[in-house]
Amino acid sequence: MVNYHKRLDRTFAALVDPTRRAILGQLERKDGASISDLAEPFAIKLPAVMKHLDVLEDAGLVTRSKSGRTVTVRLRPQPMREAMAWLRRYERFWLQRLDGLAAYAESKEAEARSKGP
Amino acid sequence: MTSLSLVRRIRARPAIVFDAVTTAEGIVHWWGPDAGPVLLSEADPRVGGRFRVRFRMLDGTEHESSGEFLEILRPTRIVMSWRWKGGLEDPGESRVEISLRPIPEGTELTFTHAQLKDDATSRSHQAGWMGSLDKLEAHFAEGSRASASP
Repeated sequence: MVNYHKRLDRTFAALVDPTRRAILGQLERKDGASISDLAEPFAIKLPAVMKHLDVLEDAGLVTRSKSGRTVTVRLRPQPMREAMAWLRRYERFWLQRLDGLAAYAESKEAEARSKGP
Repeated sequence: MTSLSLVRRIRARPAIVFDAVTTAEGIVHWWGPDAGPVLLSEADPRVGGRFRVRFRMLDGTEHESSGEFLEILRPTRIVMSWRWKGGLEDPGESRVEISLRPIPEGTELTFTHAQLKDDATSRSHQAGWMGSLDKLEAHFAEGSRASASP
């Protein structure tokens, strides 16, 4: 549970920065980009992009793999799924409640019908 | 997420659904989130009347929600204020609206929980990342969404 909350903290902290979100957006359009591809749209230097990638990688949102001199960056969906699940906990909660309500009301309806008017 | 809207069709007439939602006897029968027991159920279904539900989940944690009926029109409409107490983090007061529409098979229930404010969601809104998160979710979530939202 503690790890789960730490992971959520890291995910949300990583997503709070607009440059990092833009990097994720780029990867969403083209997964498996090189670091210079990713740096291209930004008016920041490569080392700054590397720092953002460090944060994203610590949060588990991207992976970096090296092949020769090229580093390829890929999206990793799991932390995002967890973050979305967390945001949607109210939805899950209420969907379950409404299922319970439906089952109960339907049993009352059947009871009312069996008694007749 | 500052509001949540769900639609559910129920094979029971609106009056039966309405009473299940607004009476203590009704609530006690359907409220428990898992197989855990409802420990306390109180409801005074009139404008200004209060409700309170306390339940224990199978993991042993106890939770309580309470609020006030703001509008009540049998058998079609219920509006209540809503607040969590106890085990869950307290996200402040929110508003639940339930509309019941008669349909041939019974009732179409529209549920809205609005002004869900908690620290993380308001932070996220301030930071403005909900839009990108939604897009990313659409990218990632093909087939993996736990629930259907209308």
